[in-house]
Order: sequence, then structure tokens, then C-alpha cells
Amino acid sequence: MNFLDLIWLIPLFPLAGAAMMLMLGRNLDPQPASEVALAPGLEHTHEDHGHDHGHGHSHGHGQSHDHGHGHGHAASPLRFLIGWICPGMVLLSFLFSAGAVLQLAGTESKAHEVVLFRWIAGLPFHLADGRLAAFGADWGFLLDPLSSVMALVVTGIGFLIHVYSIGYMGHESGYYRFFGYLNLFVFFMLMLVLANNYLLLFVGWEGVGLCSYLLIGFYFHKKSAGDAGNKAFIVNRIGDAGFILGMLLLFSVAGSLSFGEVRRALAGMHPEVAQFGVLSAAALLLFIGATGKSAQFPLFVWLPDAMEGPTPVSALIHAATMVTAGVYMVARSADLYILTPQTSALVAVVGALTAILAASIGLVQNDIKRVLAYSTVSQLGYMVLALGVGAYWVAVFHLYTHAFFKALLFLGSGSVIHAMSGEQDMRRMGGLKDKIPITYRTMLVGSIAIAGIPGLAGFFSKDEILWQVWSSPLGSKALWAVGLVTAGMTAFYMWRLMAMTFFGASRADAHTQEHIHESPAAMTVPLIVLAVGSALGGWIGVPKLWAAFPESFRLFEHWLAPMFPGVHGEHAAHHDTSVEWLLMGLSVAVAVGGIALARHFYQVRPDLPDRVAASAGPLYRTLYNKWYLDDIYAFLFIDGLCKKGGQAMGRFDLGVVDGGVNGAGWLTRVSSALSIWWDTWIIDGAVRLTSFLVRVGSYPVRLIHNGQFQTYALYVVAGVLLFLTYYVARS
Amino acid sequence: MDQHLLSIVLFTPLAGLAVLLFLPGENKTLIKLWANLVAFAGFLVSLPLASRFDASNGGYQFVEKAPWIPTMGVQYIIGIDGISLLLVMLTTLIGFLSILSSWTSIDERVKEYYAMFLLLQTGMIGVFVALDFFLFYVFWEIVLIPMYFIIGVWGGPRKLYAAIKFVLYTLAGSVLMLLGILTLYFQHFKQFGYYTFEVAALMRLDLPLGLQQWVFWAFFLGFAIKVPMFPFHTWLPDAHVEAPTAGSVILAAVLLKMGTYGFLRFSLPLLPKASIDQTIVQALAVLSIIAIIYGALVSLMQQDWKKLVAYSSVSHLGFCTLGIFALNPNGIAGSVIQQINHGISTGMLFLIIGVIYERRHTREIAAYGGLAHVMPKFATVFAFAMLSSAGLPLLNGFVGEFTILQGAFEASRTWAALAVTGVILGAAYLLWLYQRTMLGQVTNARNLHLPDLSPRELAVFAPLILWAVWIGVYPKPYFDVLEKPVAQLVERVRPSYFTGQVQAGLTEHRAP
Repeated sequence: MNFLDLIWLIPLFPLAGAAMMLMLGRNLDPQPASEVALAPGLEHTHEDHGHDHGHGHSHGHGQSHDHGHGHGHAASPLRFLIGWICPGMVLLSFLFSAGAVLQLAGTESKAHEVVLFRWIAGLPFHLADGRLAAFGADWGFLLDPLSSVMALVVTGIGFLIHVYSIGYMGHESGYYRFFGYLNLFVFFMLMLVLANNYLLLFVGWEGVGLCSYLLIGFYFHKKSAGDAGNKAFIVNRIGDAGFILGMLLLFSVAGSLSFGEVRRALAGMHPEVAQFGVLSAAALLLFIGATGKSAQFPLFVWLPDAMEGPTPVSALIHAATMVTAGVYMVARSADLYILTPQTSALVAVVGALTAILAASIGLVQNDIKRVLAYSTVSQLGYMVLALGVGAYWVAVFHLYTHAFFKALLFLGSGSVIHAMSGEQDMRRMGGLKDKIPITYRTMLVGSIAIAGIPGLAGFFSKDEILWQVWSSPLGSKALWAVGLVTAGMTAFYMWRLMAMTFFGASRADAHTQEHIHESPAAMTVPLIVLAVGSALGGWIGVPKLWAAFPESFRLFEHWLAPMFPGVHGEHAAHHDTSVEWLLMGLSVAVAVGGIALARHFYQVRPDLPDRVAASAGPLYRTLYNKWYLDDIYAFLFIDGLCKKGGQAMGRFDLGVVDGGVNGAGWLTRVSSALSIWWDTWIIDGAVRLTSFLVRVGSYPVRLIHNGQFQTYALYVVAGVLLFLTYYVARS
Repeated sequence: MDQHLLSIVLFTPLAGLAVLLFLPGENKTLIKLWANLVAFAGFLVSLPLASRFDASNGGYQFVEKAPWIPTMGVQYIIGIDGISLLLVMLTTLIGFLSILSSWTSIDERVKEYYAMFLLLQTGMIGVFVALDFFLFYVFWEIVLIPMYFIIGVWGGPRKLYAAIKFVLYTLAGSVLMLLGILTLYFQHFKQFGYYTFEVAALMRLDLPLGLQQWVFWAFFLGFAIKVPMFPFHTWLPDAHVEAPTAGSVILAAVLLKMGTYGFLRFSLPLLPKASIDQTIVQALAVLSIIAIIYGALVSLMQQDWKKLVAYSSVSHLGFCTLGIFALNPNGIAGSVIQQINHGISTGMLFLIIGVIYERRHTREIAAYGGLAHVMPKFATVFAFAMLSSAGLPLLNGFVGEFTILQGAFEASRTWAALAVTGVILGAAYLLWLYQRTMLGQVTNARNLHLPDLSPRELAVFAPLILWAVWIGVYPKPYFDVLEKPVAQLVERVRPSYFTGQVQAGLTEHRAP
């Protein structure tokens, strides 16, 4: 079977699954009539879990649904089909991807393109240099080393998370809807990574945003879920606006939006070293798109709120795959970024800033999913930092290892929340180590993997990033230092999470404690598989420094690096391995130190955190309140621009614009009234005056004409007498 | 048969109307059935237009020509190119769906209602097929009358105010347009020695720039009020809010397109020098961009569901006019496609409001919330309409919006950068509307037992959803029929466009 020519089928499997679910799912999974959620006070509510602990946000019980709904109705005997169809579709995609990637490895060019048909017609368009080009985009798919890594991550991790969801969402109402959206997400994500042009990539880009919106708002009876969904969509749209303009600008320079042709066009262009030209602007605009999707400063604020969605969603969309789309897109545009050192420098700074900012917030959060959310933002910052210094394959390497351990950590946290009857606040956990041992052990692997303990996946990719930041001509020591501090913070907040969740005495109430149980196999098996990946996944990217290992341990670099352009300029002394060993030792020391510190704080001296928080009040509050970014945005954009601006415009529209129209109407009416007055009294008045005068003037005459014959006879007689008298008098 | 196809399409509703008048007024079901049948037949007979249309032929097709008032040089000339084809198809389909959607909502003066709709239908098709300026003007004015009655008789509480505002406002515009038409008419006599209103003949006129500018502004008032462009838009929210559902649907989906169509069919080709005049182009682009942003911002703050959608129309039509005055193939083709898209998605949004209004008799957003629990099918359809209107890729709105942005970008990067904010704000007001009405908990006990969409209501939405997906996934047929006429239009206005030498000032970015 020639999988390479069938790559267009890869996205279509989950699309078919989604279509089945969203059209027929209700028949497989009839919804209880009592599903209608009522506001309190209307009738009895279905909210049987009143434990919102008021820790600053109203997101307390995203998972509480597990135990709330769904008991009151008889499940359809066919409901289990949903759990077979949807994961099965993703598995099919995975198998097809794997087959295609194996075949791709055997080809000479390491790139295979399949074009189905034209999508946006190619109408003439004048390029920046005056040439006339046709602006079009195809339904075209491209499998090359980069997209093959992405496709395998998306379908592989995606399949595991689908399996996990069978257990996790098993008792939920809206089961079919959940899987339909999840399949739809995988479809769009695969469109995103397999598209052969920017515009089709944008289809996936917007589509995953839609699925993210739908799944964040899955528990849509909660206002906080709806708010978070809106926030995610709209913040992403800001990035998308940049993306659209970036595409247009890129097209006006390159004359095409297909990756291959853009690459060919850019190959002949000079780097914009001294000036910030069109290419730099295009790169910057595209990067604005990436800051939205990949949650970078200043647009990362939507991602923590996105944790309103069910936990498998957080794992798949908001950790392992969708949020890496921005990283993928920038890596895909490497040929552009390599020509624009100024934009690249900005990318690196934004990445470093995001990494440390988010890590610092993660230090003090108490919601287990929020800690992981900020951790995700921070790790994405690492990837972006790597992109900024031109280490494109390293960014993708970290993307790949991160997908394992962050999916694992999220799913593990889901298992914890499951065990804790929906509790997400770590201050009410503790002592879970022996009660849910599989969850504990797998999460332990994940947390030391992300912390950067040697031998586990995170170590290899993170260390390579730090080395590249140090050694690349686009990097700097300052950025490296930021990365190192972030690594320490990462180790600290991860162990803090582990300590608060699994060690010490339980702080949960008795009722919750009674119900603590390990999750079913559908959930634990994916955890175990991901733990294995987190532990061993990095061994295909062993550093060059470890010269003892054969080249096959550097498979990842050999697979990916050739497709990326090299960074222009002098690399730091590569042959001097002592520096590299020293740096590696430092980063390991920082990781171990972070863990040790967290252990000291949360296991040895549990009274310390509160005392430190109290003594460093303003700093603590700043971190706890996420550097006040949400408040600043709310003030400027929500209240300022949208509310106040909208209201002002509304008043302007009613008062001035429509006022003008109504004023014109009023003027017409007034002038018409005046005209009537004028007409009645002046024009018609003149007419009537004339007639009056005639009438008055004719009055004497009218007196004579009274119509009586006798009177006329009298006049005749009088006349005759008058004449007679006259002639008589004369003669 | 074939040579009169277009006349058949044009007069089918009118013929149906003639029969309708003789039906007994008290038999409402019969009248409804007949009107639906006629409207459906009107749609069916228009299908051959699409199937027999030859996209490779850039000229007018299905042309019919006959003398009408010979002493004045008035002729009956009708014909369509790709632009009018799409608008005619939009009219016949939306017209039928509007009539279908009125089945339960209109129960008084049923006969008059459907009579007005059928008359409206012929008027609108006439506007899009007329190739004689006099004939066009007749149809243009005919449309006003039934719409006046539809709003004024079957409308809401302030229906008289809205109806009179609508008629007087548009009439004021069209009177000025008439002056422009007459100017061309007399100029033609001056230059060629005989009187005619034939558009093709008027295109041969050679007019000085100054005169073209005067005529352009006269046309502008007629068309801009109809679109409506900022600041002539305030009749629209009132008309929409007061009109019955089907009236709003037709108004938004088809009637507004008469204005944009006017620019494309008359302003640009008849007045090419004025249309490329920098003052005029800049002024219209600025008004369009204001409409995009301003309409969206005003939408954000509306408390009335229908008013919100009405203002969103102002924003979307801003995209359409911006595309036209980008004066390049992408801008104009995108504009036409977006006109169709706006018909589909805003038509759906008004139909959605109609569904809920019929059940609850209020359009106040605050009266709703949590409807997705009660009416899941309705919520799904609404989500579709919202996403189509917000320009999500793979649905229709994206294709139009993006193509317009391409055109705007080619004309001026600043225009594109400003217009793209409409994409952000568009998502904001729609998502917020959706959240306030559909999501959350049911906060009002009266919303608890609302029935979900009936099969008839679903049948109204289904073709629109399919159409939205078609344009989103495979828009090629649309680009195909538009390519030739749009290229001719661009060539007419900017003769050097396709030779690669572009007039200075129009390709490079400048501040508007």
C-alpha cells in the first residue's frame, strides 16, 4: 500500500468520526431530559457539588461532573460504540501516518506532496515588485520530516488521550459530543500540520481554535466555562489578524503561499541584517499569530483559563498539540526567520520572557491544573526561545518530548482529580502516594522528566536548547541565564506539585477520603505508555557531547536538521567541550537544586511557604495575581475599548448619525409646517385677500342684483324717470 | 423557451401573484400553499441559469431585448453576467426560504402579505437583470413599495416610523441617482444624436472627469444609502428591528446588495475616470473601514438581538464596499462572494431570531440564556450561522473576507491592517451574543419548555448550511463565473492593470 499518496486520508478518518458523532451521536447516547441546567432559584439545581473553595477564581469544579450527572438515565446499549469509533479513527490516522513516514524515510527527497484540487482561485495580484501573480491556494498536503514528526505526535498522543477519555468521560452526559469535538480537533490539527501552504494551514489553525473553544466550554452551563472559551477564541483572533496580514505580506514578496515555492523564492533573497524590511515585518506578523496560538507574552492569558475544559482536553489541546502550532508554524517558516535576524531576536526575547514569567506564576498557584497550565506556557516559551536563536530542530525536539511528559502530567492530574471527587485545589490534597500508586509513579516520571533530570526526555531537549542559546550567534548569555533560572523554577514548582499532592498527610475531608480510588485501566494504561515515552523518548536526541553514543542515538537531529537552514555567523567554540560539560552540569545542578528546595519547603518544613509568602508580600501577591496582566487587559480592552468604546459609539450612532437623520426629518416637518403656514396665510392669503377685496368691492353691486323682478322693474322705471327728468331739465 | 429563460425567471413570481389575487382570501392554507409553490417554482426555473451559464464567456448571457417606450429610447433589455447570476440565484433561493419561513408567523392579511412578497421578488430579480437604466430604475423603485408595506403592516411596535424612514431615506437617494441617470441620458443625445437608456450604449460616452465626479456622487447617494454605507446606515437597524422575520431576511440578504451591485454595474463601468479618482477612492475606502470597525463596536453593545445583527450587517457590508474600491480582481470578486455570503449567514441569523421571537415574543438578549439546554438543534444551527458570519475557514465567510483582504492589501496595506480588526471584533460580538443567549444556565423559567426546531424550520436552514459549506470548501465555481466579468471591470477602470504597469499610487501603500 502506498501510504505516501494517501496522506490526504490521514485527516479524513477523524473527520468521519466527528461527523458520525455530531450527526448520529445523540442516537447512540440519548441525553437525559433532566439535563437542562437551571439557574439557582428556578427549581432544584443539579449542582450537587457546592465545594467551590473561592481561591480567587470561579473555576473550582471542572471535573465535578464526573460524579454529578448521568446517573439518572438508562445508557443506550450502543453507547460503547462511541468509545470504539472515535479512538479507532485516530488509531487509523496514526497507522497511516506511521506507514507514510516509514515510506518517506526511504525516499530520496524526504518530502512528498499530494494536491487534491484548487481551493481559493488564483486571481491576479500585483506583487510588491509590480509583477502580476495569481493568488491561490490548493487543497494540498505535504509530508516531510517536520510534518511527519507533528503527525505522529498528534495521532499518537491523540490516540492515547482518546483512550483515556473513555474512562475519564465515561459517566458524563454529552459523551458523544465530547468525542465528536475531540475527533474534529484531531482533523483540524492534522490539516494544520499536513497542509502544503499557509492558507490551508490557517484552516487547521482556526479549526483547532474552534474546537478549543467548544471543548473549553464543554460544561457550558457554567458561566466561567463560557467566559474562558470566549477569551481563548478572541485572544487567538488577535493573533490570527497578525497571521492574516503576515500571509498577505509574505505573498506579496514571495508570490505564492505554498511552502515549497516560498522556500524557493526566499532562497534568492538577502538577509535583512541592517534594516527592518518587508521580510522582517512579515516574520513579525506571523509571529504575532504564533503568540496567540502558542500562548506567548503578551497573549498567553487565555491558556490558564482554558483549564475550564475537561482534563483530557487540557492534555491534548492545551498542552501536547494545539498550543505547539505556533512553534510548528515558525519552524515551518524557518527560511523566512533565518533572513530576519531582528525579528528572530525579538522571538527569542519573547520566548525567554514568557518562559520565566509563566514559571514564576506557576510557583505560587494552588490549583493543580493551573500549575500545569503555567508550566505549559513556560515550556512553550522555551520552544520559542529555541526558534529565536535559530535552533529550529531543537524547538521541535522539545515540542516532541514535552508532548509526552506534559500530556502525562495532565492526564495524571486528571486521575488525581478523579480520585479526589473533583477536587483541584492542592491545599486539600496530600498523602495520595500509596492510595493511587500508578498515578503517583507515572506522574513522578513525568515531573522529573520536565525538571530535567538526566536520562529522561526533558533533560535532552531542554539541555540542548540551553546549549544552543549559549552558543548560537543569535543567542546570548543573558537569554541563557533566563533559561537556566526558569529551569530551576520548573524543578521547584513541579516538585511542589508532587509534594502537595502525593506526600504528607491528607488534607481532604473525610467524605472525599473515603472515595479515593485508583482510576480504571482505560486511564492508567495511557499513563503508563506516556510514562515510558517520557522516560525513554529523549534517547533519539542524545547531545553531540556524549560522543560515546553512536549516531543512531541522534536520529532526531539527523531526521530534522537537514531541512532547516543553518544560522549565519560564528558559532561559539564548538570544539571546546569543557564549557559544554560545565553548562550541562550547571543545568542538572539547578534542576536537582530546585527539587531539593521544593522538598525542603513542602515536605521537611511545611511551615516555611506561608512564612516566606508573608515576608515577601508584594512579590507574592504579584505572582499570585499573575503579574496583574488579566486585570490590565480587562481594564484596557474589555472595559475600555469594547465596553466604553462600544457604548460611546452606540450613543454617537443614536445621537449624532441617526440624530442627523431624524433632525433632517424634523427640519422637513418644521419647514413643511412653515410652508403650510405660509401657504395658508401668505400665498393662499393673497388669493383670499383678492377674493375678499372683490367681495367687498362688489358689495354695492350685489345689493342691486337681488334677483327680484319687481326691483328690476322698479330700477327700469326709476331709470326712465331719471332720463326723463334729465332731458326735461335740459330743455 | 430558452431564449426567454431570464424573462420567465423574472416574471414567475408576478404571474403567481396574478393568480393569487383570485384565490379566496379566507382560505389561508390555500394562499400559503400557492405562494410557497410559486416561490419554489421561481427557484426551480432559475436553476437552469446556473447550469447553462458559460463561465468562459465574459459578456452578458440570456440576453433579451425588445422596445418598450420607443419615443423615449427606453428598451426592455435583460441579461446576466457572473456577478448578476450569483445575485439572482441568491434572490430566488432566499426569497423562497423567506416565504417558507413565514408559514406560522404571519396570520393576518395573509393574502396581501404573500402578494407583497411575490411582487418584491420580481422587483429584486429585475434590479439584477436589467441592462437598460430606465428599466433598472423602475425595478429599483418597485422594490420600495412592497417592502414599505411589509414593514409597515406586519412589523413591530414602531413599524410606521421604520417604514416611513426606510422609504423616504432610500427615495431621497434614488431621486439623486435619477438625476445622474438623466445626465448620462442627455449627454448621450448630445454626443450620439439619439436618446437611449441602454447601459452598453451609455458606456461609450466620453465624459470629462468633472462631470463624471458629479454623476458619481449622485449615484453614490442612491447606492450608499441602500448598502448602507456609513453614515447613511441608521435606517437599517430600525427597519430590521421592526420588520417581520422574512422581511428582515430579504432586506439583509438581498435588498442591501442592490446598492453594492449598483456600484459594480453602473458606477464603475459608466464612470471609470471618477471611479479611479483618488479623492473618491480614498473617501469610499475610509467610509468602508469606518463601517467595518464602527459597526462592529456598536454591535458589541446592543441589548436587542436583532439590532445587534443589523449593525453587524453594516460591518460586513463595509467589507463588501472596501473590496469594490480596492479596484482589483481579488477585491471585487471577494466583494461579490462576500455579498452572497452575507446573504447566507446574516439571512440565517435573522431566521434564527425569527424562530425564537415566534416562541417568546421578545428580542431582548437579557431575556434568554441557557437555550442550548432546551433547544440543542437550534443551538447547533445558530453556532453554524455564527461561525459562518465570523469567517471561520471551511465556511463561506472566510473565503469572501480573505479575498477582500487580499484585494485591500494589494491596494493599500494600511486599509488591510485596519480592516482586519473587523475580523477580531466580529468574533467578539458574535461569541458574546451566543454566550448570553445559548450558554450558561436557563435563567428565565419561560424559556424552560421552548420547543426545538420543527422539521419545516430545519428545512429552511438546511440549504443555507449546505451552501455555506459548499462555498467554504469548494468556491472554485464562484471564482470561475466571476473571473471574466471582474477582469473586464478592472480593465475598464484601470486599463493598464493587466499589462503590469500600474498607475502610480494605487499599488504602494499610502495612508488612506
